[in-house]
Amino acid sequence: MIGGMSRIVRTMTTLIFGFIMVYGFYVIAHGHLSPGGGFQGGAIVASAFALLLVTYGTSQIQSFLSKDLLSILESTGLVLFITFAFLGLGATFFYNFVSNSGGLFGTPSAIGVNPGDLNTGGTITLMNMAVGLEVLAALGVIVLTMSVASETIHKKEKQ
Amino acid sequence: MKKPVFFIAFIFFLAFMILVAIGMRPFGEPAISNMDDYFIENAQAETAANNVVTTIVFDYRGFDTLGEGTVLFTAVVGIVALFREVAK
Amino acid sequence: MIGNFPFVTVIILIGLGIYSLLFKKNLIKIAIGLTLIESGVNLFLIALGFRKEAVAPIYTQAPEGVKMVLPTPQALCLTSIVIGVATTALVLSIVMIIYQRYGTINTDEIRRLRG
Repeated sequence: MIGGMSRIVRTMTTLIFGFIMVYGFYVIAHGHLSPGGGFQGGAIVASAFALLLVTYGTSQIQSFLSKDLLSILESTGLVLFITFAFLGLGATFFYNFVSNSGGLFGTPSAIGVNPGDLNTGGTITLMNMAVGLEVLAALGVIVLTMSVASETIHKKEKQ
Repeated sequence: MKKPVFFIAFIFFLAFMILVAIGMRPFGEPAISNMDDYFIENAQAETAANNVVTTIVFDYRGFDTLGEGTVLFTAVVGIVALFREVAK
Repeated sequence: MIGNFPFVTVIILIGLGIYSLLFKKNLIKIAIGLTLIESGVNLFLIALGFRKEAVAPIYTQAPEGVKMVLPTPQALCLTSIVIGVATTALVLSIVMIIYQRYGTINTDEIRRLRG
């Protein structure tokens, strides 16, 4: 993880990285229709970050992945999640006030086995996105911090 | 195996688990499933989402997910605080 | 008895985890034991909610007229997995700090250094 890997691995990583990111966001956005959701999609995107970190090394990645930006994203995700929970407080905490209301994400779902529509789910879809943002940023911060710290410890040992 | 107390405790715990597993109900036949049957039947009408597991995670049992997000946040805060001195 | 094979697997996983917690001196191996116990508990939860000849509780393109497995254990297991990832990361970070301070991750030597 110190110097980065060979040219073959770098080329393949630049090719694959975008696909992994798009797949992760697809899993987040379709959390109410298919297997997956915020946690799984966030973990997939964070695995893309880990791949980038392993391939390019810690020193080169600092300009692309900023720890401060990821921390802000994480707090934003958690605050958005709690906000969606509080917005349903007219009935109860965590009340799904958007579903079956007809607005954005408010279309009623067909009962029984059906192909599914992206425009359903109410607050579930919104909370999926908020939690996906949080998990993405949290796992990214964990991977980045541990990698930077391991490199620092390695340098101190060499001296 | 320097510590016989650990060894005895390990054997005791393993025997306990094997006894429990022998007396377990057969695999694949849940004993009580009233709540889950309600979720499976009414989740689509009540929350308009097709995935029942996501419905439970984010709607019926939202407090669990709130606690989970808090645990994740606290773990990240702990890791960043642990490595603050190392990074200097 | 062979029908209860998932429960036997749970016992093997938890037994191995507790063995490494009790008898191993290496902190990394202790962390591996914790993760093994966690996987065993997750497998136990999922196995409790299984129904024979049933599909996952997702209505999108599911086969018609088939029973569905219990969704609540799966949801709780999802929670458990994410918490497990967070705690494992925290444990490994503490192991890194200990290695940096003491130069070893053997529990006996750390205890001897402190006197």
